[in-house]
Amino acid sequence: MKKLKWRLLLLLSVMTLVLSGCGEPFISTLIPAGEVADEQFSLMMLSTAIMVIVVAVVTIIFIYVLMKFRRKGSDKIPVQVEGSHKLEIIWTVIPILLLIVLAVPVVASTFNLADTDPMKKALADDKNGGKDPLVVNVRASLYWWEFEYPGYGVITSQDLVLPTDEKVYFNLKASDVKHSFWIPPVGGKIDTNTDNENQFWLKIDSKRAKEAENIFYGKCAELCGPSHALMDFKVKAVSRDEFNSWINKMKNFKAETVAQTASAKQGEQVFKDKGCIGCHAVSPADNRPEQARTAPNLANFADRERVAGILEHNEENIKNWLKDPEKYKPGNTMTGTYGKLTEEELQALTDYLQSLSVEK
Amino acid sequence: MSTLARKKGFWPTVWDYLTTVDHKKIAILYLIAGGLFFVIGGIEALLMRIQLAIPENDFVSAGTFNELMTMHGTTMIFLAATPLLFAYMNAVVPLQIGARDVAFPFLNSLGFWLFFFGGVFLNLSWFLGGAPDAGWTAYASVALNSPGHGVDFYILGLQISGLGTLISGINFLVTIINMRAPGMTYMRMPLFTWTTFVASGLILFAFPPLTVGIALLMFDRLFGGNFFNPALGGNTIIYEHIFWIFGHPEVYILVLPAFGIFSEIIPTFARKRLFGYTSMVFATVLIGFLGFMVWAHHMFTTGLGPIANAIFAVATMTIGVPTGIKVFNWLFTMWGGSIRFTTPMLYAVGFIPSFVMGGVTGVMLAAAPADYQYHDTYFVVAHFHYVIVGGVVFAILAAAHYWWPKMFGKMLNETLGKITFVLFFIGFHLTFFIQHFLGLMGMPRRVFTFLSGQGFDTGNLISTIGAVLMGIAVVVLLINVVVTSVKGEKVGADPWEDGRSLEWAVASPPPEYNFKQTPLVRGLDPLWIEKMEGKKGLTPAEPLSDIHMPNSSILPFIISIGLFIAAFGLMYHNDYSWGVPVAIIGFIITFGTMFLRSIIDDHGYHIHKEDLLKDDNGGVQA
Amino acid sequence: MHVEEKLTAETFPEQPEKATLEGKNKFIGFWVFLGGETVLFATLFATFLALRDSTAGGASTQELFDIKLVFVATMLLLTSSLTSVYAIYHMKNFQFGKMQFWFGVTVLLGLAFLILEIYEFNHYMHEFEFKLTSSALGSAFYTLVGTHGAHVAFGLLWITTLMIRNAKRGLNLYNAPKYYVASLYWHFIDVVWVFIFTVVYLMGMVG
Repeated sequence: MKKLKWRLLLLLSVMTLVLSGCGEPFISTLIPAGEVADEQFSLMMLSTAIMVIVVAVVTIIFIYVLMKFRRKGSDKIPVQVEGSHKLEIIWTVIPILLLIVLAVPVVASTFNLADTDPMKKALADDKNGGKDPLVVNVRASLYWWEFEYPGYGVITSQDLVLPTDEKVYFNLKASDVKHSFWIPPVGGKIDTNTDNENQFWLKIDSKRAKEAENIFYGKCAELCGPSHALMDFKVKAVSRDEFNSWINKMKNFKAETVAQTASAKQGEQVFKDKGCIGCHAVSPADNRPEQARTAPNLANFADRERVAGILEHNEENIKNWLKDPEKYKPGNTMTGTYGKLTEEELQALTDYLQSLSVEK
Repeated sequence: MSTLARKKGFWPTVWDYLTTVDHKKIAILYLIAGGLFFVIGGIEALLMRIQLAIPENDFVSAGTFNELMTMHGTTMIFLAATPLLFAYMNAVVPLQIGARDVAFPFLNSLGFWLFFFGGVFLNLSWFLGGAPDAGWTAYASVALNSPGHGVDFYILGLQISGLGTLISGINFLVTIINMRAPGMTYMRMPLFTWTTFVASGLILFAFPPLTVGIALLMFDRLFGGNFFNPALGGNTIIYEHIFWIFGHPEVYILVLPAFGIFSEIIPTFARKRLFGYTSMVFATVLIGFLGFMVWAHHMFTTGLGPIANAIFAVATMTIGVPTGIKVFNWLFTMWGGSIRFTTPMLYAVGFIPSFVMGGVTGVMLAAAPADYQYHDTYFVVAHFHYVIVGGVVFAILAAAHYWWPKMFGKMLNETLGKITFVLFFIGFHLTFFIQHFLGLMGMPRRVFTFLSGQGFDTGNLISTIGAVLMGIAVVVLLINVVVTSVKGEKVGADPWEDGRSLEWAVASPPPEYNFKQTPLVRGLDPLWIEKMEGKKGLTPAEPLSDIHMPNSSILPFIISIGLFIAAFGLMYHNDYSWGVPVAIIGFIITFGTMFLRSIIDDHGYHIHKEDLLKDDNGGVQA
Repeated sequence: MHVEEKLTAETFPEQPEKATLEGKNKFIGFWVFLGGETVLFATLFATFLALRDSTAGGASTQELFDIKLVFVATMLLLTSSLTSVYAIYHMKNFQFGKMQFWFGVTVLLGLAFLILEIYEFNHYMHEFEFKLTSSALGSAFYTLVGTHGAHVAFGLLWITTLMIRNAKRGLNLYNAPKYYVASLYWHFIDVVWVFIFTVVYLMGMVG
């Protein structure tokens, strides 16, 4: 038994080494960077190890049989064996034992990962509701993500800012069709349903976040329409201090004063005239009901990693996106809602959007 | 074939097939129709793989990709794999149990035509405004949000073809319960018959939920229902449950007959009786039973809560045990045998490691918390293709080579067959093995493209190359079919020389009445028993006498056309004023024809003893 | 025994529905089919139970249902099941006329049930504005009860067709299994109704 344990351990470590060479640290489940992902990764490794043993046994018997018992021209009739109780019991019992080895940690982990009681307690206690522990409300819509920090009255979208080394709790739902919220290196996914709210927690490890340059990729993992493949978001992992500083800046952000240059001011006007503001809020404190929040909040747009969740964040891509969003995200709900923009309007709007920042 | 003087020629042949109720001809119809849909589904797969060969490709648009992806899944499951298995069930099961036909020849024909028209209806969507694009699962919220009529084609087409599948399932159940030859006890039935029996039971209990699920979707989409509209109290999770209560058993509906096929091929070419027959039967029944207990493992991330997830995780793992029993029984059937590597045997041999791979990833997926990572990624795509292609498609290809001589009287070319196998086997592993890693590296499934810089590029390119190899393999198979039908040599009753079950005791192809005299079955592998005792044929259970045969009928074809027409009416009733009348006309055709069937007596006809005596190239030569 | 054989009360077998291979196939096949039907209704029941409180502000089951009407309907259908038992009893005794009579009574009772159901639906739609489209409950209710109603209608057409088709030629081993499975179907419909009465109506009224 002890020998087996050592072999299993050896196998596990070899596999871990091989597999962690796979993929990019900001998106691969094989390079976990948080407690949830760690737990899932160890289950993945355990199950793989057991399965490698099974495959190995089958393969050895298989190769032996194929080598040994090929027909060699003779007309000999082999003995017609009916079966063997001993063998049949062996290959019934051993798999059952292997499955028990796997089932115990699976059940334990299932309950651990679903434990959101601290959040429920905190939310029941209004005074610090949503601050400690941190609660984030996630709302998925055709093809963008809204992140609300109810403890701070702050809404943002597309870029999720999370403090490291602490458990963060999530409430998740969808506003149109079913989506699924997934940050591979941080933890497995959970669906955002149209009928109910789901809850789970994640915890990012600061050291390993650094290896991913503190940015993780988030994905939609449930077919939702043509641009399902492009429904990405980004996760910025920051220390608790940085997070506090950021959330304070967000709270105190005044959208009215950001436009400084003439062009940006003109852009602000375009933003109003073309009706952009009807859907896109530019203040993190958005008191409208969620049904009215039909487009991403742009309050800290200029600080974001990507334009529309997918394009590299630069002026040209902002213009490209505004010119023809359909080209970059087919089926999105922004296409065709604001007519055509002149070159001048485009430049002004871009300048305005680039001024929407809490970091500057 | 001297019993019935048939007119030769193209149109008489077409008419013959439109009206046939003979299980062997219906088998050929299933083979042709299923083969056609298999090729269509394969082309759809290739188009998707071309799109995904390189990052940010624009070979097809996002919308088209979703249509291809939906139609590939739907076509392969409902219109290719199921009917192709039905082809072999029809061709072989009545022969294996020593019956002259199935229990309900008329319904057999009806089942085929319903499936066929349902499939045609579904595929017409490509030409009538766009195919369904909500995935083969058609989850309620995304299906209700899908514009146009694509999803309606899915709903109505599947409804019609599902009805056909249900009818065929009932037919096989009754055939196996009631039509077995004397001495053919349940525990002497060949494994393919057993798996057909269990799979038919699964069809019986799994298809009604599908019927209900897509009917509810139809109400919501076409008639203003609110089952899945949260604003009016609806709930989309209900649909997920209903779909997977059907969807999970469906996997076993496909894979059990595949197990059955390999359980026939392996003993034949190892020249050794199936190891642990009783435990094989037990495992088959157990897998069928457990298949209904595990549906929620498709919904681990839906948010059912830890209790449900833990129960379904453990329940799912248990399926690994009977499946493992089967694998070891196959291995030990070959152990001590005398293995001959014909094309069907190559598939059987290739199947074992391939399917074990699919099986073990299945157990990995059952670990609920790990599944939160695997779910809806390419890991899952790899897993179920290892099961469905490595299990079911390998079985279908193996069976094609194995039973082709029985169905058509000619052997498929072995050299071409082996080339097909090698290309397909390599292509298959090349395509899907790497997808496990793509999934683990963070690539979600059902994506029409992927951005570069995420580490997915190489894996996807390799996968596409593999898919092309599989495509070439299928082309070689088609060439083989053409070459064989032009130049192939006619073969006798037992072309593989090591046949063990009853189908190898009758001529290839068998006469329409199968057995001149119903055989007496004296044990497992009845033909093998007779051979070992040095006899040439089977022991008859009855004296030679007149044989009762069912009449051909065009009515099943017309009933199916009626529903096909009605489906168009239902689909367009909100858009055009002709919708409702057309639906009514369609239903009148269907129910009117059923009424005719009910009031016109059909007693069949008899083949007389004298004609049977003249017909000396078939039946039991006692 | 052969289907086309002319039979008398003496030669008529005890179980005419299973006397021929075709009959036996029908018998087993129909039981199997009813297994599938059971799952179909079970799925509809499960859907209804999940949505029974989803009124979306519209009429609830407590407001809608009226025990008197439903009780009468239940009695009609239960009685029709009993009369179909009589019919099969007479079939086994080779008394064609009596069998036809009792099947006739069965059809009339079934028809009365169906008319009551149509009245009931009409009542809900006009008095309560309770429609398939008005809430998830409406969708679930009309789909479950309506599917049952459609089964009743189909059963009526089926039995009527059988009675008219065979009126002149009497009982034989070709049509005996047909009558038998039609009565099986009728019993099945009846059993489903007992569940509807309990799950939909009684539980709906209690709340």
